[in-house]
Amino acid sequence: MSDETNGAGERFAIGVSFGNSSSSIARINPEGKAEVIANEEGDRQIPTVLSYIGGEEYHGSQAKTQLVRNSKNTVAYFRDYLGKNFKSIDPTPCHNSAHPLQTDSTVAFSICDSDSETPNTVTVSEITTRHLRRLKQSATDYLGKEVNSAVITVPTDFNDAQREALTAAAKDAGLEVLQLIHEPVAAALAYDARPEAVVTDKLVVVADFGGIRSDAAVIACRGGMYTILATAHDYELGGSTLDKLVIDHFAKEFVKKHKTDPREDVRGLAKLKLESEATRKALSLGTNATLSIESLTNGIDYGSTINRTRYELLSNKVFGQFTSLIEQVVKKAELDVLDIDEVIFSGGTSHTPKIALLARNIFSEKTKILAPSTETTAINPSELAARGAAIQASLIQEIEAEDIEQSIHPMVTATPHLTNAIGVEFTSGEAVEFQPLLNTQTALPARRVAQYNVPKEGGDVIIRVCEGTREIKVTKPEAKPKEEKPAKGEDDEEDSDFDSDDEEEETREVVWKTQQPIAELAIKSVKANGKVELMVHINADLGLQITAREVGGQSAVRGAVESP
Amino acid sequence: MSSAQVINVTLPILSASWSADKDFKAVGKVSAATQRNLEPVGPHFLAHARRKRHQRTFSEDERIQAQQNVKKTEEDENDDISEDEDPMMLQRDAKDWKSQDHYAVLGLTKYRWRATPEQIKRAHRKKVLRHHPDKKAALGDRDENDSFFKCIQKATELLSDPVKRRQFDSVDEAAEVEPPTKKGKGNFFKLWAPVFKAESRFSNKQPVPQLGDENSTFEEVNTFYNFWYDFDSWRTFEYLDEDVPDDNENRDQKRHVEKKNANARRKRKTEDTARLRHLVDDCAAGDERIKKFRKAARADKDKKRLDKEAEAKRLVEEKEKARLEEEERKKNAEESAKADREKAKKTKEAAKNAAKKNKRVLKGSVKDVNYLAESGEPSAAQVDSVLTDVDFIISKVDNEELAALAERLTAAGKDAAAVKNVYTEEFKRLVGAGKAKDGEAKFFS
Repeated sequence: MSDETNGAGERFAIGVSFGNSSSSIARINPEGKAEVIANEEGDRQIPTVLSYIGGEEYHGSQAKTQLVRNSKNTVAYFRDYLGKNFKSIDPTPCHNSAHPLQTDSTVAFSICDSDSETPNTVTVSEITTRHLRRLKQSATDYLGKEVNSAVITVPTDFNDAQREALTAAAKDAGLEVLQLIHEPVAAALAYDARPEAVVTDKLVVVADFGGIRSDAAVIACRGGMYTILATAHDYELGGSTLDKLVIDHFAKEFVKKHKTDPREDVRGLAKLKLESEATRKALSLGTNATLSIESLTNGIDYGSTINRTRYELLSNKVFGQFTSLIEQVVKKAELDVLDIDEVIFSGGTSHTPKIALLARNIFSEKTKILAPSTETTAINPSELAARGAAIQASLIQEIEAEDIEQSIHPMVTATPHLTNAIGVEFTSGEAVEFQPLLNTQTALPARRVAQYNVPKEGGDVIIRVCEGTREIKVTKPEAKPKEEKPAKGEDDEEDSDFDSDDEEEETREVVWKTQQPIAELAIKSVKANGKVELMVHINADLGLQITAREVGGQSAVRGAVESP
Repeated sequence: MSSAQVINVTLPILSASWSADKDFKAVGKVSAATQRNLEPVGPHFLAHARRKRHQRTFSEDERIQAQQNVKKTEEDENDDISEDEDPMMLQRDAKDWKSQDHYAVLGLTKYRWRATPEQIKRAHRKKVLRHHPDKKAALGDRDENDSFFKCIQKATELLSDPVKRRQFDSVDEAAEVEPPTKKGKGNFFKLWAPVFKAESRFSNKQPVPQLGDENSTFEEVNTFYNFWYDFDSWRTFEYLDEDVPDDNENRDQKRHVEKKNANARRKRKTEDTARLRHLVDDCAAGDERIKKFRKAARADKDKKRLDKEAEAKRLVEEKEKARLEEEERKKNAEESAKADREKAKKTKEAAKNAAKKNKRVLKGSVKDVNYLAESGEPSAAQVDSVLTDVDFIISKVDNEELAALAERLTAAGKDAAAVKNVYTEEFKRLVGAGKAKDGEAKFFS
């Protein structure tokens, strides 16, 4: 029919979050909100697992249960192997599923994926293609329209080879990759694209705690544009690390009762792992969780409960690793915790309440901790990346592929960023105050407009546009003058050590200091209770155009500062 | 960000001593920037990319975007769906919908079977906004006639049902393109291409190969005709069915009509297939490309045949030449062998004659000197012994030595002592060479 042939040329894009342990698909619903799509089984976090029994393919949670009985023909945790050679991969997560093998220059799995008894060697690209094909099918079934393109999220440390391999695999699965976007940026976008969100300048830490690895990134969000300032990765920290603690806890209990260790039995361990994961997830919501496994080992049925306090005691140390990853990335960005305006918790493990609470303690009161346990309006951390991808997909769906490519080219993305903030200096009597208008790390060219009050009686005012830097001012309650004022983040570590050493609480705050004046403007005879509007425009070559006028007034004061 | 942020801080008062040209004074520069990679994500980045790629400033970009937005909404309002309405059409009664041109009712005559469901929906909405009875009433039109509105509803109902739409498309005469007449002059391709384009809407297989132009390759032309001779059409003729009476009437009558309809459909379908076949035949008959390809094929074949013949001829000639050469070579060889043989014979004979002559000289030499007798007639014994010795020497020397000996003897002439001397020397030489022994020659020792 004619409408079918016409429809084939059109793009219908979704957002895909492709993770090591689970993947999600999202789209923009007709109301314009991002929405994560459930697959046939009703899962919104679809386990990234494929399992084969007698030539039949199982996917998602069905495949995950096969880890117990059919672990040899079940492929899991393969995302990070894509586009890498065998030497550079860490096969640890695959201990309980199909083992990765070396084939040519890539990684493969030997699995019985057909009716025949002899196993086939299937490359990780092929596995990815199959996985994406299932995701595409789920989305197509749900939406009732053929999905043919996608925006896929990738970790910040994905190299070009991995990106290429993923694009090729998606193409084989019938998905045109419109763009690959970084997971933390997708998470930030998911928050910023909410209708109630306002575009502000902020520094965001995105903590992405996944199933088998954790990442953290500091993102500068300036006028809706994102710049990654630093990233940190921990490839051995994740939900599975916490699972291990729960497994050990129950295993010890079991040994006490029955004198056998279920961890020594491959199948017992797999069962325990599967159930412990569910128990741990339940503990994120309730204060008590049960675990019951039939025939754990030697035919003994096992049931037990664990409460959250116990769990948090067990995992205290690991929680510390999560928070230290956040601190580490802030330090790497040469920033102070006081600079951070928002902490976005992303990834499945971020549901754990304790991690968010610990993070709360690191940051100041003003910092928003966006996790389900600290903020009621927080978005489900597991869905953030997929939602962000869906938002991006809806934005670029209509744009020609060539235009997208040109837009994401380094020619466009590499931009100068301000090293110092630009703002206005106020002097009221002795006190000198600096109000930033364009913050540090603002991508150029940029333009900002602000309105300022004038003295009540009106009259002539001066606007001094200056460059400023922020400093961390540490004041001790006892009037002990402290000479050393850390200018930047380098000394933070030292400071915090110092804090813990003596019990005295010291208050630390951000103070803006004028670095150097740039321009002065005078607005004459402003009305009483009037306002002055200032517009600063900075070119990519660091030239400035400054315009100031009284709100509602006719004449404006204009001037330009040439580029250095 | 174009919206202004309000900062609740009071600006300082201008000191009296401050003054500057146009109230502006640049006193410093911005410190150097750091290069970083922006994340290509989000609406604000897209705006940034647009500005950077087209080298627009903030205000320019805002203006252009605003213009584009305005244009878009205008397009939506005023796109090409709006067509003039025929006043006659507005008078139509919805009851005779079978004869109604549904596309014309919705104002889609430009698109017809190409119209997308989206376009039909939009066209319907537009027409409804204009012709809804309530709208008319609000405009003060007292006329209660809403027949055209019903026509619109009918047309939309029909065109939004894919099955019914196909039935209508099958018999939509307005979408048909008449094939050019045989006598008609003009560009073959220009005349025929629209015909096939229109016909291709009935194809189950898409895309449909099109006529192409004079430069099309043999394969293209071949696929084109093969496709059209083997056309898989979805064209049906249900739309032209007679109305089947309701079942509460005569059942036999109903069956009769149904049967009649089925027959009519079948007949029309056969006719349509035949029509299409004729059409393609006509087209093929006038197609210069086919003639061209045939001619080319024939020329190709002829060329091959001629080549083959020439090749055969060449082979025969070569063979004949080789044979002749062989014969010549043999003849020459025979002749030269014969000549050689004759020459050898001659030399041999000459040598023989020379030897005979020399022997005669030798024998003559002793006879000339009276067999070396000192005086008078030599005795028989003396003659015999001298001749025996001469014969002995002759038998011992070869032809060359014989010739040398004969020469020396001729030089000696009739001088008996000299002759004897020559012989004695010769004998001595023979003894020295080991060919004879002392005492074998009685006389010359």
